[in-house]
Amino acid sequence: MSVRGFADRNKARAARQGWRLRGFATLLHKELLRFGKVALQTLLAPVLTALLYLLVFGHVLEAHVQVFPGVRYTAFLIPGLMMMSVLQNAFANSSSSLIQSKITGNLVFVLLTPLSSAELYLAFVLAAVLRGVAVGLGVYGVALVFVPLPLHSSMTVLGFLVLSSAVLASLGVIAGLWADKFDQLAGFQNFIIMPLTFLSGVFYSIHSLPAFWLAASHFNPFFYMIDGFRYGFFGVSDVNPWLSLGVVLATLIVLAGLSLELLRRGYKIRS
Amino acid sequence: MTAAVTIRGVHKRYGQVRALRGVDLDIARGEFFGLLGPNGAGKSTLINILAGLARLDSGQVAVLGFDVIRDYRQARRALGIVPQELVYDPFFSVREVLNLQAGYFGLGRESRGWVEELMQALGLADKANANLRGLSGGMKRRVLVAQALVHRPPVVVLDEPTAGVDVELRQQLWRFIRRLHGDGHTIVLTTHYLEEAESLCERIAILDQGQIIALDSKAGLLARGMDRQALTVHTVDPLDHLPPALEPLLKHRRGNELVFQLHRQTDSIAGVLDALRDAGVTIADLHTEKPDLEDVFLELTRKEQRA
Ligand SMILES: Nc1ncnc2c1ncn2[C@@H]1O[C@H](COP(=O)(O)OP(=O)(O)OP(=O)(O)O)[C@@H](O)[C@H]1O
Ligand SMILES: [Mg+2]
Repeated sequence: MSVRGFADRNKARAARQGWRLRGFATLLHKELLRFGKVALQTLLAPVLTALLYLLVFGHVLEAHVQVFPGVRYTAFLIPGLMMMSVLQNAFANSSSSLIQSKITGNLVFVLLTPLSSAELYLAFVLAAVLRGVAVGLGVYGVALVFVPLPLHSSMTVLGFLVLSSAVLASLGVIAGLWADKFDQLAGFQNFIIMPLTFLSGVFYSIHSLPAFWLAASHFNPFFYMIDGFRYGFFGVSDVNPWLSLGVVLATLIVLAGLSLELLRRGYKIRS
Repeated sequence: MTAAVTIRGVHKRYGQVRALRGVDLDIARGEFFGLLGPNGAGKSTLINILAGLARLDSGQVAVLGFDVIRDYRQARRALGIVPQELVYDPFFSVREVLNLQAGYFGLGRESRGWVEELMQALGLADKANANLRGLSGGMKRRVLVAQALVHRPPVVVLDEPTAGVDVELRQQLWRFIRRLHGDGHTIVLTTHYLEEAESLCERIAILDQGQIIALDSKAGLLARGMDRQALTVHTVDPLDHLPPALEPLLKHRRGNELVFQLHRQTDSIAGVLDALRDAGVTIADLHTEKPDLEDVFLELTRKEQRA
């Protein structure tokens, strides 16, 4: 083959990759606009909610509870509240985007394009992660005004923040594909996400639970997200942070695999 | 040269419904092709399979030689689809929607000029910054057409683009689509307005109950009805009796108007006129009517139902 032909082929391949990257970047951009345009509801409101939790629970329980030695309850509470907001918003973003475009029918505009199922998945999840992280940092920023908080390892904090929102974003993709109506999505949120979040130690250390619930908590992936995340702030946790990282990563891999498979099959989106 | 669209042995079921029952079809590049058929015939199903929106049970479909499953990226790049349903994204303005759509196909700033041109050509320019939610149905339909064309696809498929569209927009749309065809795009069209198909399409397939029951050039299809034609005669005076030879040909009479149904092989117009003149009838006016696509369509699809 001539050198010329080879160079042309390389150029053609580079062009194809450029197309794919831009296609993906456009979908990501659209997903960001989708919540960015209504930032009041999607970013500000959750930060305000978390702040209310902090003020009320912090005030009521401050004097009575000390979970880790030397850590004020309000300080203990902040990572939990951050994580709770992050998880809820990451889930809400991918799931509501999918179900809305399914119900209004405008998902076809994306389905008609050369975007692969992996590109769809990554765009939906990355947008949801960014919203989750933005809300988390918002809660953090506001909370710092009220309570001083140590930062043991920012890498750990960031790592758990991103991975945990990716888990919930993937769950959101699955729920958004599966649900035919908004009620079903709300059910998913109320009967799965909320209980798992509340039983994961957002407001307490699981060691303060009765034996049965303590044991049960170890089967809840949300517990590891919050526990590892909290370790990043205090350098103290209920279980080894490496174990938490492993559990969160494994959960992510399973859910990512499932999401990808559903998208590849066109589950409920390609007839 | 590879065909614009190749469809081979396509079957598709939805539960008990056999939406497509072995469809074979080739559409050449540069053709203006009509896909006709009654409601539920399977037209949209076939288009959805082409677009990757529906999955086939068996068979093969390719666009410009690219298999719609294996080489879906190239196939979709080659294809512009105007869906039948009036769907839209209420979050964005017309210009935003079009630029996003171009972006999904990997196009960036270089496509901005074309997007503006499209809006101009489709009469959307003064709505460019309007949110989709607030547009009328006809305007939304235009946006759908523009969205299908942002990546300049060589093959354009329009699934009932003129449903619920007023006369003026319809004509505007056809001028635009004719222009696309003139520029070398392959056009595939479904419509329930048969006069539309008759004036636009070069070749037509009629789909009924998931099967192609006719596939021919427009002229060929019209010729199927050509062995018959209607002859209408207006006489100066009301007729009291018809020459007996003409009795079997008469379809109906109303006052001075006589309508005859003629068969190409056996009957001639001259024969009818001679017979009338011999009977002393003075003819005021006459005209013939050839069957149009609608007659042929109805006859073919009715025959199918009887079968
Ligand atoms: N997603 C679906 N699920 C179940 N059945 C379907 C689906 N899509 C189409 N069908 C059925 O398949 C058959 C063909 O439908 P299709 O929409 O392809 O017809 P069509 O020729 O486009 O009709 P129309 O002119 O009304 O648009 C119909 O019986 C329809 O009910
Ligand atoms: Mg249809």
